[in-house]
Amino acid sequence: MINLDKNYDVIIVGGGHNGLVCASYLAKDGRSVLVLEANNSIGGASATSEFVDQFSVSSCAHWLIQLNPDIASDMGLNSQGLEMAARDLKTIALAEDADHLTIDGDNLEGGGISDEDRKAYIAFNKQMLKFCKLLAGAFNRRAPKLVEGNLTDRLTLAKLGLGMKMLGKDDMSDLMRLALINIYDVMEENFDNELLKGAISLDSLLGSHMGPRSPNTVYGYLYRRMGDVFGYKGPAVVKGGMGAVGEAMANAARAKGVDIQLGAAVSKINIDVDRATGVTLADGTVVNGALVVSNADPKTTFNKLVGLANIETGVARRVKTMRMKGDAAKLHIALDSLPNFTGLTEQQMGQRLVIAPTMNYIETAFNASKYGEYSKAPAMDISIPSVHDASLAPDGKHVMSVIVQYAPYELAGGWNDEHKEAFKNLVIDRIADFAPDLKDKIVAAQLLTPVDIEERFHIHGGHWHHGEISLDQILMMRPFPGASQYGTAVDGLYLCGAGNHPGGGVMGLAGHNAAKEIINRGKSA
Amino acid sequence: MIPHDETMILETPFYSRCLAACEINLWEDWKGYRSAQAYTSVEQEYFAVRSNTGVFDISPMIKYRFIGPDAGAYLNRLLTRDISKIAIDRVAYTVWCDDEGQVMDDGTIFHLGENDYRLCAYARCLDWLMWSAEGFDVTIFDETADIAALAVQGPTSCAVFKNMGFTGIENLKPFGITRYPFEGSEVMISRTGFTGDLGYEIWIEPALAEAFWDQLFAAGKLRGIRAIGSAALDMLRTETGFLQAGVDFVPAEEAIRNGRSRSPFELGLGWLVSFDKPVFNGRKALLKEKKEGSRYAFVYLDVEGNKPAEHAFIYAGNKEVGTVTTAAWCPTAKSNIAFAQVDAKYGKVGQELVAEIYYERELKWTRLMAKCTVVEGAVFNPPRKRQTPAADF
Ligand SMILES: Cc1cc2nc3c(=O)[nH]c(=O)nc-3n(C[C@H](O)[C@H](O)[C@H](O)COP(=O)(O)OP(=O)(O)OC[C@H]3O[C@@H](n4cnc5c(N)ncnc54)[C@H](O)[C@@H]3O)c2cc1C
Repeated sequence: MINLDKNYDVIIVGGGHNGLVCASYLAKDGRSVLVLEANNSIGGASATSEFVDQFSVSSCAHWLIQLNPDIASDMGLNSQGLEMAARDLKTIALAEDADHLTIDGDNLEGGGISDEDRKAYIAFNKQMLKFCKLLAGAFNRRAPKLVEGNLTDRLTLAKLGLGMKMLGKDDMSDLMRLALINIYDVMEENFDNELLKGAISLDSLLGSHMGPRSPNTVYGYLYRRMGDVFGYKGPAVVKGGMGAVGEAMANAARAKGVDIQLGAAVSKINIDVDRATGVTLADGTVVNGALVVSNADPKTTFNKLVGLANIETGVARRVKTMRMKGDAAKLHIALDSLPNFTGLTEQQMGQRLVIAPTMNYIETAFNASKYGEYSKAPAMDISIPSVHDASLAPDGKHVMSVIVQYAPYELAGGWNDEHKEAFKNLVIDRIADFAPDLKDKIVAAQLLTPVDIEERFHIHGGHWHHGEISLDQILMMRPFPGASQYGTAVDGLYLCGAGNHPGGGVMGLAGHNAAKEIINRGKSA
Repeated sequence: MIPHDETMILETPFYSRCLAACEINLWEDWKGYRSAQAYTSVEQEYFAVRSNTGVFDISPMIKYRFIGPDAGAYLNRLLTRDISKIAIDRVAYTVWCDDEGQVMDDGTIFHLGENDYRLCAYARCLDWLMWSAEGFDVTIFDETADIAALAVQGPTSCAVFKNMGFTGIENLKPFGITRYPFEGSEVMISRTGFTGDLGYEIWIEPALAEAFWDQLFAAGKLRGIRAIGSAALDMLRTETGFLQAGVDFVPAEEAIRNGRSRSPFELGLGWLVSFDKPVFNGRKALLKEKKEGSRYAFVYLDVEGNKPAEHAFIYAGNKEVGTVTTAAWCPTAKSNIAFAQVDAKYGKVGQELVAEIYYERELKWTRLMAKCTVVEGAVFNPPRKRQTPAADF
């Protein structure tokens, strides 16, 4: 609740997981913190919702793959009710001929995998992990500034530089080379197996507007694999859906004294010339705070809440040119009973299933989105969480959650009902190619396009990372130069969401780093 | 729109008249327009403005229009001056900065009517203006080619206008705007200019340009009217202390090398910066500069002797502290004036510095170490410039 008698030290706009992480650390530092969340549920895109009567599903993010363990333990999330229904899941790359490839840590089974590929995969994993470890050193701290770095920044850079040196000559030149090429070429260099190449490629671009041949995909892959450094040996299914992450974090924050108000949409960040003074809610309530921290994405924050008219042109231009058009849709299916995926056991259906049979399949799917069309044969990341968590659906029934690439935010002609229905049916048909009885079992289905995601979660463009993860929008360039250390051109206004370094996914580091930065700058920040 | 694809160099709406007046055929390219550098002799043209009336075709000057409910707020964010203080039918000199507080350009802003403004600029900057428009309800367009304009400057200029039938023009205050019917349409007259003298600028639709020129020159015949070119104007503006973008500072967007641009404070234009208004471009950086100090100071120098200190290095004792950006012998003020940028600690009025001047006579170069004194401001600043009603010379 909002206590207008409290002079809040910090008002956080948005109760996404990063906002809650930030709130907790700030409260721990002794600040009075208020979190204002527009939605009636907490956690932002880490959410669970009942999409049809008695069927619930993670309504945006569906795998926990990279929640930072230090944050989880600092916040005591386990004691606040966070439980895994399953963890360290395998990824099964579905094959048209039902000879599926199972990826389980370093082990590969099925899909006609060769011994050479098996060996190459172990070496590849080893190298990727090395790179991830190096990057991880820069992830849990603010990114250095583009110019005029101070000592802390130089240390971060030095650490990255030193880390690269420590990689050894071969790995170092590999990293520098790989970072700039694309996952397609890297896959071609390493492997023969199409399913393997497709599955890895999919991981490199989920949530982005990129195809396997797009630059930045190698960085995207390393980003995704950051979970390995954090101790994940595969995706986890959260009990109660991803909303439970938000709930546990909210509990942790409340335990530290944070006030949380749901259903409180901020319509404006109040600014006195160049200093944030608080916020105005949609109902007109004004809440003052010494600092305002926005968990909303950078475009929403500046376009809608601050107003481009209230910042200088250079910053407004950077906000405007930031790339963050989502290309991933979510499909939720309520099922009468488990469908039969050809060649999979029930236990296997609880694993992570991907439809990305070849890299060219993904690239072709991507092609459409470049021209404002949805993929005719989309790539997919499928979860059937009810295999592990019966609470999501009535007895014996199931829910399926699918991340679908590509569904461009700016669809030619717009995402009207007709286009949505057509795309939904097309996606279902495509899954049915692998699970022929699927359609007989469907109770109801819901498609969330990037436009729906934008409306529901207030994420501009419905973008996974609140802004594309690409070399021009990472580290000191994230979200854009001049705002890369969580502080902004407006004094007293900070950013803590996925749009900031290191980026998105349910990871918590953006919120953590923002809190640290605010704490470091002292009370008067 | 400007038909750049059809012609290499454009002609202003007064071109036929300029061509007829231009006895020595000395032309230059001003923002894509053929523009006279001099019509007869630079000295004659200079003295026309100081003693009679000189007419300078300013049609090529870049002109932007801003219309819409947020036009005022938009300009207040774009420019360093407080636009809310500029009433309708008033004009103000201003600069605008980038986010780093570096001057992008200087110019004049005309408050033409409710939610309606015109900005005259040295350089084209539509992209910056459009970027700046994000978040504002304002329509912006380049109207350079849609408006013919003349600067009519000098002590007899008011009398010439009266001869043309512009009754009451003498009551127009400096930086004021008024309008008169002309040939079934209208001419807008502002009491503005780049010469530091009594003078006006007129703004009219291109179709009426030639008729206006003809009537103006007929009315001014007995008042010594003559067309003047950019060379004379340069002397005039120097004498009265006006900076020239591209000469006295590098517009921030054009500066390639780090540190070559300047802030308003560094150009002696701090008085154009208003911190008592909402956020504007450069505010943060300028506040910081105000607190921490500037890198450079802009100074007017009275240079000993009569050799213009063009491109001279400036010394304080043996230490090189700056360079001259503009220099000229000013005939009316009878002084040898220079504009210089020096290290910030050397700008105090009254300070003695030395200019290292090189000049050539019949292939013999001479180096001259001329004493100079930092002076307050413009050396030419006659009461008639401000006097209202304007005197009848
Ligand atoms: C289709 C899709 C699938 C994904 N799948 C996964 C996955 O499987 N695993 C994974 O780790 N990540 C996944 N992600 C990414 C992940 O969901 C996000 O990166 C992450 O949730 C962002 O967290 P956040 O706290 O930074 O922002 P958000 O979760 O977006 O939180 C921001 C909060 O601010 C609130 N807000 C915004 N404006 C206002 C306002 N004006 N007033 C009040 N509140 C406001 C919003 O309502 C929201 O609650 C997926 C993303 C998408 C789009």
